[in-house]
Order: sequence, then C-alpha cells, then structure tokens
Amino acid sequence: MFKSRWTKIVVFLLCLAPFGHLVAVALAYVLQPDLTGVVWRVLVPSLPPNPLDFFTHLTGNWTLRLIVITLTITPLRKLLGIPDLIRFRRMIGLFAFFYGCLHLLTYLWFDKLFDFHEIWKDVAKRPFITAGFTAFVLMLPLALTSTKGWIRRLGGKRWQRLHRLIYATAVAGVIHYYWLVKSDIRLPVLYAALVAALLLYRAVSSILRRARRNVTMAKPAPAET
Amino acid sequence: MLIRKPGDLGPEDITPRTVYLNRRKFLASAPAAFLTARELLSPRGRAVAASKLSPVAKSPFSTTEPITGPDVVTHYNNFYEFGTSKDEPARNAQNFRTSPWTVSVEGDVAKPRKFSLDEILKLAPLEERIYRHRCVEGWSIVVPWIGYSLSALLNLVQPTAKAKYVAFESDWDLRQMPLARPDTAGIGFPYVEGLRLDEAMHPLALLCVGMYGETLPPQDGAPVRLVVPWKYGFKSAKSLVKIKLVSSQPPTTWNMASAREYGFYSNVNPEVDHPRWSQAKEQRLPSFFKNHPTQMFNGYANQVAGLYSGMDLRKYY
Repeated sequence: MFKSRWTKIVVFLLCLAPFGHLVAVALAYVLQPDLTGVVWRVLVPSLPPNPLDFFTHLTGNWTLRLIVITLTITPLRKLLGIPDLIRFRRMIGLFAFFYGCLHLLTYLWFDKLFDFHEIWKDVAKRPFITAGFTAFVLMLPLALTSTKGWIRRLGGKRWQRLHRLIYATAVAGVIHYYWLVKSDIRLPVLYAALVAALLLYRAVSSILRRARRNVTMAKPAPAET
Repeated sequence: MLIRKPGDLGPEDITPRTVYLNRRKFLASAPAAFLTARELLSPRGRAVAASKLSPVAKSPFSTTEPITGPDVVTHYNNFYEFGTSKDEPARNAQNFRTSPWTVSVEGDVAKPRKFSLDEILKLAPLEERIYRHRCVEGWSIVVPWIGYSLSALLNLVQPTAKAKYVAFESDWDLRQMPLARPDTAGIGFPYVEGLRLDEAMHPLALLCVGMYGETLPPQDGAPVRLVVPWKYGFKSAKSLVKIKLVSSQPPTTWNMASAREYGFYSNVNPEVDHPRWSQAKEQRLPSFFKNHPTQMFNGYANQVAGLYSGMDLRKYY
C-alpha cells in the first residue's frame, strides 16, 4: 500500500493543506470578499483577528510538527516493519523546511518590515529568536543536499552523518517554542517529550547495534575447550 | 462634535435605564421554561445578554484615532481564566454568570462597603472613553470603553492616610472557569493587580462597565473591569470582585509569574524592551504589520508623566 504512487500524492496534498489555509486567509484579508458566501465559509470559517499571529503560529506549528514526523519515520519503519515509509521522508522534511521559510519570512516581513538592523539585534539579543534562527540555519544544508545527486556526491555514510543535523534542529526548535510561550508550557513540553523520546530511541538502538556488532566480531573465532 | 461634560447630565440621566428595565423585564417575565436546568440549580445567578448602555456622555479624554472593530476586540482576548489562547475566552466565557455581582471595596478606607453592580452602574454618570489599548505582547487596539473615573468610587469609600496602593482582584470560580488552574495556565489565581493610589485616582484610570455602547461581553471582563490606558493591558484587571486599599505595594499576577518580564508599573514605554522583544513598535489590529510606533505612556504622557517624575523608568519598568 505504501508503494503506490498515489500515497505520495496524498501525503503531498496533506502537507500542502496548511499552506492552502494560509493562502485562503491571506486572500480573505486582501480581497475583503463577502465571507458569508459558500466558498469562503468553507475556506475561512472565521477571519483571525491578528493576521501576524495567525501566520506565525500556523507556519511555526507546522514546521515543528513536520520535523517531529520526519523523526518518527525511522522508528516506525523498524517497529512496524514498513520500510516503504522512507519514500515520504524527504518530502516531509522539505515541507518542514518550506514552512520554516514561511515562518522566517513572516517574522522578517510582517514583524520587522525587513529592518535588518533591528533583525540582527533581535537575533543576537533574544535567546528565543537565536534558537529559532539556529534551527532554521541548520535546516539549510539538509534542504540543499536532499537530492539523489548530493547523496551520491557525498556518499551514503557522510550524507547520513550530515543529515543527523535534523536532531539539532528539532532540539533548537523545541527550545525556541519553550522560550517564547508566556506561561502555559504544556504544548512545548509535549513537543520536548516527543523529540526526547525519538532521540532516545536512536541512542538506544545505536548502542544496541554497536553491542551486537562487538558480539559478532568476537564470535567468529570459536572458543577453545 | 458636542462634548458634554459630566455636569451637564440631569439626575434622570444617571441611571442607565435600559439596564435596569431589562433586568426588571427579565425577572417579571422570564418563564421557567426559558431557564436551563443549570441556571435554575445554580446559586450563582445567570449569564446576562449584552444590553445597550445609555445615555453615555462623550469624554474629552477620547482619541480621534479610528476605532478597532468589535469583532477583533471580542475574539482576541487574553483572559486566562477562560483559556490561555486568545480565541478561547470568546468561546468559553459565553455562559459566565455576572448577575448577581458585588464588588467589595475594603482595606484602609473610612467607609468599606460592598457595591452591587446596579450601584456601580449608578454611582457616577457613564462616559464613553475611546482609549488606545496596548498589550505587552506588541499589539494594540482602539476601544470605545464605557465607565467613569475609578476615583469616583474610591472617593466614596474615603481612603485613609494609611492607604498608598490599591489592590484589585478578579473573580475566580473554578466551576465556571475550569481552565483557571495555576498548574496548566502557568499563572496564579485569582488574578490580582495593583496601582499606586495616585495612579488609581488619576482621572484617566477607568472603572469600566461597557464598550461599543453596550455592557461588557464576558470575554472582555464583564461585568466590571479596570482600564488603565497608559499601562500594558494586563494591568487592567477584568471581572473585578474586590478592590482593597493597602499601605504597601501589593503582589501582582504576572509579576509573580515572571518578575523580570512584567514589572509592577508596566507603563507603556517604547524605550524599555521586554526581555524577549522590542517595545518600540506595535501592531495596530487588524493590520498585518508591526509598524505602528509605540508612544511613551501609550500617548498619554501629557496627562500622566508627572506621576513618575524623578523615577528611573528602566528600574521601575
């Protein structure tokens, strides 16, 4: 079932849906249509009172969600025995990057109006922005080297090592979220727990793998009696 | 524009007639069938539908800036008793019961007493005051509040010489506000706020009972709240149940949650950043952009700067 071309299209559209919502809301603001019309009532059930907030939260939330989803793909493949899930990982990762770009753009444009002097002060001075910016920058090389050509050029091993940067992005992203909320930390803590569990899975499975390798390396020479 | 001073009002104007007439009508005619079982069983009273407040005099304190649409002001609320995200209060506060309601005014006063909401509505002539309202988070709105200077109420109870500060307390009723839990919301309850006595006595400090010509909707702090336009919005406590005159600086909710971020004074000040963001600019809702310059004391410097002369506003943020 995960082999079919259609599943890839479905996943693509699912990942694109939040962006569609964003575009519909932006159009509703710009065009100011009669929102009681049938089409608009479906697309934009209610106009968010604060567009900057709405764009920031939608793009930020989806960046983090998609990062967590890419991190669950490897454990799910192994635990559920569905190796074909790997087919979606690059796409979901690139969508995470896409929403990350929109998130950054919302901040640069709507919040700061491209005032780069102010932006630089923010990045340097405000820890939650530093963390968010770090998370974004760490995604750049991953997006750039996401093609088959780059995997070949770097070689599987090195490519894989580079792409472990996503762990750092996930951690920085969660810190960014935790530091920006005012007082209700339940959601950031939930994301922190998810990321921690997913990284712990990798740590444990790597330790187990190494232990198993040591055992098999020790085995070949049969013990003398 | 005719600016009526409070003194122009006759005694027949003082009582917002529609308010008490509506209440009478309700009491006289409401058949039990109209009351839900919950309302019948509840000892706490009932939710009150919005009703017109009139007559309301215009105020010279009003700004001429464009008023923010009521949709924004009623659907974008920080009111943690009804949920920590801004769209929650509009949904969760709808059945908030605001009748009967009393506000206890006590502490260092010669004449402590409890005021019923009806008494509060009749205590001084109602005025419409169109104020800028600036949230510490960086957005702002322009709201036509209805009320009168808090000093009118404070003068009635006669603060004693010991009184130096005024402490405000919002309602905290877990049965009606199941989300108002410190462990989930991350702030303490009941919500408490405070002003220095001279700040509270300043004519701009408003005891507010309505907006947009009507009684306050629950998510905006029904039935009676504070509005202090030169301070960040969180200083303007909602749904007041207690006002206490005290001799020392009272604890305030956000300051207890994070003293570094939210000071006791919290005057709007473009030069003193919040630790996590600049306060130099604001987003005037529903604009996309955070491009509206923030003014010192939210544009009320002419009236209130004198209250803070000689104070280091970086230290007393």
